[in-house]
Amino acid sequence: MEQLFTDYTLRTVALGAALLGAVSGALGTFAVLRRQSLLGDAISHAALPGIGLAFLVTGSKLPLVLMVGAALAGWLATALVIVITGASRVKYDSALGLVLSVFFGAGLVILTAIQKMPNAQQAGLEAFLFGQAAALVERDLATMSALGGVALLVAALLWKEFKVLAFDEDFGRSLGLPMRPLDFILTTLLVIAIVTGLQTVGVVLMSAMIVAPAAAARQWTNRLGRMVLIAMGFGIISGVAGAVISTSTARLPTGPTIVLCISGVVVVSILFAPGRGLIVRAIRHQLRSTRFQREAILMDLYQLALQHHRRDHPHAEAALQAMQPGGGKLRSQLKTLAAQGLVRQAGKQQWALTSKGIAACAQLHRDRS
Amino acid sequence: MTSFQLEIQLVAVIVAGACALPGCFLVLRNMAMMSDAISHAILPGLVLAFFVTESLSSPLLLAGGAAVGVGTVALVELLRRTHLVREDAAIGLAFPAFFSVGVILIARYAGDVHLDTDAVLLGELALVPFDRWIAFGYDLGPQALYSMSMVGVLSALFVFLFYKELKLATFDAALAATLGFMPMLMHYALMALVSVTAVAAFDAVGSILVVALMVGPPAAAHLLTDRLDRMILIAIVLGIASAVSGYWFAHALDVSIAGSMAVAVGVAFLVAFLFAPARGLVAAHRRRAHQRWQFALKMLTIHLAQHEHRPDAFEECHVDHLQDHLRWDSGFAGEVVRQARQAGLVNLESSQLVLTAAGRHLAREAIVRD
Repeated sequence: MEQLFTDYTLRTVALGAALLGAVSGALGTFAVLRRQSLLGDAISHAALPGIGLAFLVTGSKLPLVLMVGAALAGWLATALVIVITGASRVKYDSALGLVLSVFFGAGLVILTAIQKMPNAQQAGLEAFLFGQAAALVERDLATMSALGGVALLVAALLWKEFKVLAFDEDFGRSLGLPMRPLDFILTTLLVIAIVTGLQTVGVVLMSAMIVAPAAAARQWTNRLGRMVLIAMGFGIISGVAGAVISTSTARLPTGPTIVLCISGVVVVSILFAPGRGLIVRAIRHQLRSTRFQREAILMDLYQLALQHHRRDHPHAEAALQAMQPGGGKLRSQLKTLAAQGLVRQAGKQQWALTSKGIAACAQLHRDRS
Repeated sequence: MTSFQLEIQLVAVIVAGACALPGCFLVLRNMAMMSDAISHAILPGLVLAFFVTESLSSPLLLAGGAAVGVGTVALVELLRRTHLVREDAAIGLAFPAFFSVGVILIARYAGDVHLDTDAVLLGELALVPFDRWIAFGYDLGPQALYSMSMVGVLSALFVFLFYKELKLATFDAALAATLGFMPMLMHYALMALVSVTAVAAFDAVGSILVVALMVGPPAAAHLLTDRLDRMILIAIVLGIASAVSGYWFAHALDVSIAGSMAVAVGVAFLVAFLFAPARGLVAAHRRRAHQRWQFALKMLTIHLAQHEHRPDAFEECHVDHLQDHLRWDSGFAGEVVRQARQAGLVNLESSQLVLTAAGRHLAREAIVRD
């Protein structure tokens, strides 16, 4: 842990990963809510030819130049998806798959062409495939934080508008908000978020950084503001954790490690998040069904007691069993009821309502009718 | 053309055909992105099977990859059923995780063996002829040719045998379920087929080209026909054409073969998108233009029919006054009149437009029907 502050490489990688986590977590939240989870996949794959072309045209490997190229290509891909789905009967998913693979193929063609160039110093371009966090330097960090900062700032400034866009586009239109330009801006921010992360995790795995933090955060809250903050937090934590683990272990690539960390966060969130988590939901379901069964036993006892002058007339356990087909845990349920002071054992296998139990039954009866 | 070149193209052609078959159903079922997910997610299955057998051509690789592919589909379905994440997010969550596991396994344990991540993602078709099958001292050709053909035949057999079940499950899953055709079983069978195809193809063409070949040709074919059987045939033909032209493009420029094939798929789709006879952009544009003129002609005949034999006929039917009455600009009005005269709908008699019998008929038809 101490190394995090002293080791230059580790610090740079961790900072880069944290930056990536924060920006992609925030913008990914909007993408996931707008059902654009797979658009991130298409944009990140489509960025590859942009990187290659930017290098071919300018001959520069400045991160800003490559990122602008990547962003333009990613944006063009998004526009193409919209045009294809709008003007033909090709569905959204097909358009995504087509644009993704064709752009990626074009990227491969360009990269191999660059490789064959005589004085090619193409080393570094391939890092964009799987990411090469260890190769990050301060110049990359500066570019990433500048781009990411702008993206986050714009998202904060247009917060209200983006919120409307994410949840109820038609409502926004009825308010007179310019929904098309807003959509354009938000998509551009998503492209920027993806582009800033490419160097760290690569084009193949970048989509996970868009989807996973947001999907995990969604489990913990129902409010957009909190969801964005939690997603950023998850992104930062798994980014730093992945970077630290992979840098301190031999032959452990950073991108996949970060992705596994954030996937772990997703699994934990889906299982344990209070309110929505699967385990909490299962426990709540279990508690509710035992309570229902207990109430049913109590009411059965009440029904039997109604046949007698005295409401606390004892009844045989076998009779209760017969009234509860499949009620396997009758004895333990009765004991719980006895502990609550609602029934009492009146002889061997005989149970009777207490006065408190009779009052409870009357109350239940009123509630249900 | 050397025999190596022929062999590479032969493998590429078979891959294209084998991918187009299940691809058609993926595209029609709006599950195209499943090909992307599966082709990435099979990686750990491949790697594990590779560790066990230490060979890239073992059938265990097919089984391992297919199992993980179907597992991914099941996981996505499971995630979706919790209603905690939407289906698209579920896909976006599942496959990067699997792919990461595969990449890490390779990086940590596979060392410098043939299996490396670039190869999985990008494929190296140029190397296909070097991995040959030699039996009893005879050279029987590249191994990929056999594994791909096997998968291709399996695909074809599956589609042929279960054609009506697949068709029904694709277009009306509810009816298929009612009739007892078990659409869910078809779904998983199809997914298994996609997985097996992706595994068999990954070595030759890489996972991205698998996506291009599974989605591109069927999507283009879908623009060209409304019949499933024709769509499948057209998709296969387009896939094969893209594969061959992509190969020669790569050959000419000395660049990645898989990448060029993907680009060729893109070009094929673009051509269909623009020039498809009924659904292409150009055809749609032309149809709209045609409809515009037809509408104008009808308007003209209706206008003339309304005023014919009326006191104001001289004024209303004057050829120079049309732009005021129908609010057309004079160039457009002139062109409409020209077309109307050419079609024998009106005659021009000393600056007066007079309907012919055909013109009167068109006006009456238009009013009654529209």
